[in-house]
Amino acid sequence: MARLEVKIGSMQLRNPVMTASGTFGYGTEYTDFMDLGRLGGIFVKGTTLEPRQGNDYPRMAETPSGMLNAVGLQNKGVDYFVEHLYPLIKDYDTHMIVNVSGSTVEDYVACTEKLVGLEKIPAIELNISCPNVKEGGMAFGTSCASAAQVTRAVRNVYPGTLIVKLSPNVTDITEIARSVEAEGADSVSLVNTFLGMAIDAESRRPKLSTVTGGLSGPCIKPIALRMVWQVFHAVKIPVIGMGGICNWEDAIEFILAGATAIQVGTYNFIDPSASVKIVEGIEEYLLRHNIASVTDLVGAMEMG
Amino acid sequence: MKQLDFTVRSNEKLNDQNHLLKVVPSDNEQLPEMLPGQFVQILVENAQHTFLRRPISINNIVPERNEIWLLVQSVGEGTQKICEMAVGWRLNMLVPLGNSFTIPSSRGSYLLVGGGVGTAPLLFLGKKLHERGIACDFLLGGASEQNILQRSDFTNYGTLYCTTEDGSLGEKGYVTHHSVLQHKKYDFIFTCGPKPMMVAVARYAHERGIRCEASLENLMACGFGACLCCVEKTTRGNVCACTEGPVFDINELTWLD
Repeated sequence: MARLEVKIGSMQLRNPVMTASGTFGYGTEYTDFMDLGRLGGIFVKGTTLEPRQGNDYPRMAETPSGMLNAVGLQNKGVDYFVEHLYPLIKDYDTHMIVNVSGSTVEDYVACTEKLVGLEKIPAIELNISCPNVKEGGMAFGTSCASAAQVTRAVRNVYPGTLIVKLSPNVTDITEIARSVEAEGADSVSLVNTFLGMAIDAESRRPKLSTVTGGLSGPCIKPIALRMVWQVFHAVKIPVIGMGGICNWEDAIEFILAGATAIQVGTYNFIDPSASVKIVEGIEEYLLRHNIASVTDLVGAMEMG
Repeated sequence: MKQLDFTVRSNEKLNDQNHLLKVVPSDNEQLPEMLPGQFVQILVENAQHTFLRRPISINNIVPERNEIWLLVQSVGEGTQKICEMAVGWRLNMLVPLGNSFTIPSSRGSYLLVGGGVGTAPLLFLGKKLHERGIACDFLLGGASEQNILQRSDFTNYGTLYCTTEDGSLGEKGYVTHHSVLQHKKYDFIFTCGPKPMMVAVARYAHERGIRCEASLENLMACGFGACLCCVEKTTRGNVCACTEGPVFDINELTWLD
């Protein structure tokens, strides 16, 4: 359906609905619930140069309209991904995008280099916004200089579509967006989780083993939407919006605020086929409003 | 795994906190095969503070009625809403999730040890063992008599031993103090319940070289291996309790280290 197609970097997506890293495994976890071929793309679990065990249990605390997580980038490392997971997912009929994370600039570069030759990975998402690791992660995404530095280093070795995932835990997200755009990022995705915490009143202990964690779900949507709107007006590259999207109306809001595409995240846990329902809802909305292309809606919020 | 709507066929209040819900697929779809130890994830609607689904053990499957039994303990807003569901109401569930207890292929001496609402999956396991002609003993513990649930159902499938903390039923004390553990030898122990109880059972089994499986109740978000929140530390590293569990051989766990 041409009216749903959008372009991010060199990727022509069949629709603007993708699934967010850390909420969708490698896609394989969802095949019982939905047809992955209905999606614009899938962002797979955060991948690092070396395997990581992640943080200790408990890693999750439910909140009103959301959840805190402190998974800490548990993954089996990029070599395991290339050898064992890539063969399983390379024939999925959608864009498979790897979320790349690390503790040092060298880690990001070395991890990226191992993905360069993979024909069916058209893009990477540079994760400079994970709040749950001691070193690197969000530290790169909270200053313009370090965000620019890691983007530049990865851009030098990566010819595919380079998306940089931004942290909301900053004073001015538009500055970070502009600095990664200046270093050659093809797109920015936002937002990652908000740093938060929860305490068990009875035991007086933190609910997460790491004390703080990342807040996601519908509770963050208004803030995420505001940030997408601000970044849309600050950069020329396409914006991928996310933060609490549960249904097609949420998705349309993000698109009107300036997102060319969107990611469905935490809500996949509640309704594993939510993303497909969102594709159908957007399509129905476009038909109902007689809009020829979803791209006509990007940033089309009407004032006054 | 499937995402299906179910209809509540009955909802029986067993005590102040526990309800037994019997549910059937709303569109008469045949239930997928379900094994003892597996669980479901229930969508909770119209609950202000409940965002995630609630994982509930499969208490029993009645194939001839296409029915799932769910024993639900009301411990917070989410489970309270489930306990309040009336006959005819619909609930959306992901079914079935997780691995299962090992069904032994040979006859032997089997003990199923449960505490509190952790007895739920042991009824289904006892039934499956019974169907294979394997007799088992149940050892169930609770604070007092009204906390030892479904006693007549359990006695259909094996011999029932009980402990209560106040001595109102069976022997007084915890399950691991029951005299049957002193005078009977078991080949295989299955356990589900509060973690301190399962650790004590695991220690008993380990010291005697008895094979033992425990079903864990780790906090989880998705229930199908995507979020990596419910991890348990094992000899293989951190693994998801929802997909590689909830049932683990105690030798894989690090409880007794």
